[in-house]
Amino acid sequence: MLAKEAIATPSQDWKSAILRPGILKKLSVHAVLITYTVIALFPILVILINAFKSRKAIFNDPLALPDASTFTLVGFTEVLERSTFDVFFFNSLVVTLLSLFFVLLFGAMAAWALTEYKFRGNLFIAILFAMGIMIPIRLGTVSILQLMVDLHLVNTLAALVLVYIAQGLPLAVYILSEFIRTIPKELKEAARCDNVSEYKIFFQIVLPLIRPALATVAVFTMIPIWNDLWFPLILAPSESTQTITLGVQQFIGQFVTDWNAVLSSLTLAIVPVLILYLVFSRQLIRGLTAGAVK
Amino acid sequence: MKPTASDTMSQIQPQADNGPLTKVSKPFPWHIVFFLGPALLIYVAISVYPLLDTLRLGLFSEDETGAKFFVGLQNYSNLLLNEFWSEPFWNALKNNLIFFAIHMALQNPIGLLLAMLLSSPKLRLSGTYRTLIFMPTMLSVVIIGFVWQLLLSPLWGISEDFMYNIGLGNYFDAWLGKESTALITLSLISVWQFVGIPMMLIYAALLNIPEDLTDAAVVDGAKSRHVFWHIKLPLLLPTISMVSILTFVANFNAFELIYAVKGALAGPNFSTDIMGTLFYRTFFGFQLQQGSPTMGAAVATLMFLIILIGVMVYLFFVQRRIQRFQL
Amino acid sequence: MCISTIKNHLSRLTKLGLVATIFASPMSGAADKLVIESWRNDDAKIWNDVIIPAFNKQHPDINVVFSPTPPADYNSALQAKLQAGTAGDLITCRPFDTSLALYKKGNLEKLNELEGMNNFPAVAKTAWSTDEGDDVFCLPMASVIHGFIYNKEIFKDLGLSVPKTETEFFKVLENIKENSRYVPLVMGTADQWEAATMGFQNVGPNYWKGEDGRAALISGDAKLTDPEYVQVWEHMAKWGPFMGRGYQAQKYADSQNLFTLGRGAIYPAGSWDITTFNDQAEFEFGAFPPPTPDGQKTCYISDHTDIGIGLNAASSQKESARTFLNWMAGPEFAELYANSLPGFFPLANHKVSIKDPVAKEFLSWRNQCEQTIRNSYQILSRGTPNMENQLWNVSVQVLNGTMDPADAGKEVESGLKAWYPPHQ
Repeated sequence: MLAKEAIATPSQDWKSAILRPGILKKLSVHAVLITYTVIALFPILVILINAFKSRKAIFNDPLALPDASTFTLVGFTEVLERSTFDVFFFNSLVVTLLSLFFVLLFGAMAAWALTEYKFRGNLFIAILFAMGIMIPIRLGTVSILQLMVDLHLVNTLAALVLVYIAQGLPLAVYILSEFIRTIPKELKEAARCDNVSEYKIFFQIVLPLIRPALATVAVFTMIPIWNDLWFPLILAPSESTQTITLGVQQFIGQFVTDWNAVLSSLTLAIVPVLILYLVFSRQLIRGLTAGAVK
Repeated sequence: MKPTASDTMSQIQPQADNGPLTKVSKPFPWHIVFFLGPALLIYVAISVYPLLDTLRLGLFSEDETGAKFFVGLQNYSNLLLNEFWSEPFWNALKNNLIFFAIHMALQNPIGLLLAMLLSSPKLRLSGTYRTLIFMPTMLSVVIIGFVWQLLLSPLWGISEDFMYNIGLGNYFDAWLGKESTALITLSLISVWQFVGIPMMLIYAALLNIPEDLTDAAVVDGAKSRHVFWHIKLPLLLPTISMVSILTFVANFNAFELIYAVKGALAGPNFSTDIMGTLFYRTFFGFQLQQGSPTMGAAVATLMFLIILIGVMVYLFFVQRRIQRFQL
Repeated sequence: MCISTIKNHLSRLTKLGLVATIFASPMSGAADKLVIESWRNDDAKIWNDVIIPAFNKQHPDINVVFSPTPPADYNSALQAKLQAGTAGDLITCRPFDTSLALYKKGNLEKLNELEGMNNFPAVAKTAWSTDEGDDVFCLPMASVIHGFIYNKEIFKDLGLSVPKTETEFFKVLENIKENSRYVPLVMGTADQWEAATMGFQNVGPNYWKGEDGRAALISGDAKLTDPEYVQVWEHMAKWGPFMGRGYQAQKYADSQNLFTLGRGAIYPAGSWDITTFNDQAEFEFGAFPPPTPDGQKTCYISDHTDIGIGLNAASSQKESARTFLNWMAGPEFAELYANSLPGFFPLANHKVSIKDPVAKEFLSWRNQCEQTIRNSYQILSRGTPNMENQLWNVSVQVLNGTMDPADAGKEVESGLKAWYPPHQ
């Protein structure tokens, strides 16, 4: 119902974009998309441009490109001297990749078990996982912190990895179950007739078949982990375990008056992600759309 | 992707006439333990148990030495009835609803529009647009918060100059600093960042609509308006409602953006305070105010209930209606 | 074949498990280091380059690490770390109730027996003692003084002299506004705390008569709805027109930038700002005390015992920590601290000569004016709602013009009334 109402506004534009025949129509489609692309990119570009300018130039002409007289790297040298961005970046990478790996592996295994085998408690467990899609793990923070204290895991990357696995599993189990159910019975039955073990069926037949779904899950799991501030802030705030998101937040908190350093630190946080994104964007978008295709 | 109530049910039904069923009933099914064990163990230990424990902790209180004792529902009666707790609570809930409403009114329709445009047949550069528009979604909310804070800063004057250039200079204001505009501004920033998600999901759903369906309609002389309203939109509704519920859960779980831009006190005058920042402040305290894990647990429990109610409403009313509509 | 694949998978799993266990060993706080928790991130350089090396000359065997958190996160982050058992050995103490609460929870060690404690006057120790004064749990470090810092060049250009009374103060602001493009009063309300700290607690003591007013508020003899409090907000309500365009979105750091870029004339300050300004401002600046209400002879300043340092009760190296604390109580530290961080005034009994001219200026007011501390810090911020947080909120609203001075008083008073018996 909500959705229906929400559509009313843009459809007007959309109509006008589609109705006019031929070239005009095409042009207006491009015009809208280009406008929105500019809106999406402009703020990021402003930051990148100004990170390479002197303090005076940043304030005097924010939209100018750096030229010979205003170009400086002083912000970057400061950031690199005063903080350990490489460590932050490494931490984020380790946490994200490890969490991702286990979410995919354990999620696929659980999805397989829940869709393939009949056993007591199956329904209950499936509902339990389904609940997790809706109820954010963040609400359990008070107890998670206590648990991590008891396990002596506070200020370790392992604490973050564990939490992120738990956070990512419900959606993974859900999406992967949907996919696994589409695998033709004949494949599995043929294997079983040949006395192939259940483990082998899963790892060698099923897992390769659900690869597109794994990509979808990977995207949906990865973005929130990489960008999370909450759990790093609470579970692993120490200098050596800070993730990039927390590191930037803390760094800016400390050097707010120094705009060169602030802009440079933002740039250092943005650029690696953008590069990774551009390199993998095709797979990423295929992953996203593959999931939705389901 | 349509996680409907009935889907969830069917997902759980094992395939009735399948080989392994008879197999399973014989020896102890170690392979099920192997497949299900790790996920279940981590999920129960790190997610289910803490959530249940939080519900329990909400029934306790602490004295000044940190010792906990049982107080029943007192935290909740405090939160809902004592004006010094209830006012912030209702205020945060109200702000969160506004935050959500703005996302529903803008993020999803814009996402739909962009997806429709991107899926226009034979569109050149479609992939490039998709990649670029999705870019902000990849960046950390915290970083986005800082970026916009700088852009909107009256001290720096980028937005001010920009608005003068397009002749709207007089409308420029310290939007992030004013009680009347801060929340709306923050919501718009969040919409700007996350518009890529509905766009992508709806785009994917559009790709999945069989072409012969729309082609047939066009051959029959249907106008594109009709194709949209009577063929595409009904087919998109499950995706759109899925996107809506994802937005709902994400919005009631939001924290980072407000914290990065306005701090835990979510000013001015708590006009940007949402459930996430209220939870953080209650749990960890702020400045001279001491934090309280037990009171924080009570706030978390209420958030839990709010999200649960929202999801229930969705499952029982919206989802059901859409299914009927489809039939 | 098939078994070997599983084996492959399993061995891959165990390898990853190993990696995970490596990460599971806590990576911070190696046992031999003495870690200091602090909110003074601005001072990190001084600690690392000056203070710690000086200490190590006498005690080369004790390895000290200064590990600050941004001020706004400090209290909550520290609480989380103490809960988790990951906090440093030495803990920088906020004055009064915040630290008292930590002491009561058993997070801070009792320091009655610490030798260096004898170097401090009783009044300095009250900020970190129990209500009865029996136990003291943090070593006093420094106090900070509120006032206004001004750009001397702008004052000279416009032919202005330093204002003494409220009327003169607003005349100067008016003059700057009329005759120049400079922002007359550089302060923002986005971060909220400046409104209460540099606004309310800065100009306020002149109205509520310093310690007398503070004591009366604690005893319940005075209420925040009384004229001496409402007048403070009335004074602040007049600031709005003189603050820069868009001051509602201006953060503390923006204000610092605005002033050091030479774009503003007067900056409501804490003496700790001197260090930052010395670094960044390319012009000469001076300071004047909060203007007195017209006709009032005595002036009052906020000379707030702001910063102390305590010992984490869970520390594994209390001996070296005590050694460090005793050194901090000595004359060498007082001298170093006062001169490398001008604007933090040592509280110990040692004779310290302060060299920075602006810091000297601040310090000279101690001879002319009565001193007091911020009135929300002792006892009055123990309940819910929290008085300090309420002061931030209403002071911002008064400056933004969204709340009446009288209503500001009413709101904070009703908050106090909710839990504090003397006000009921």
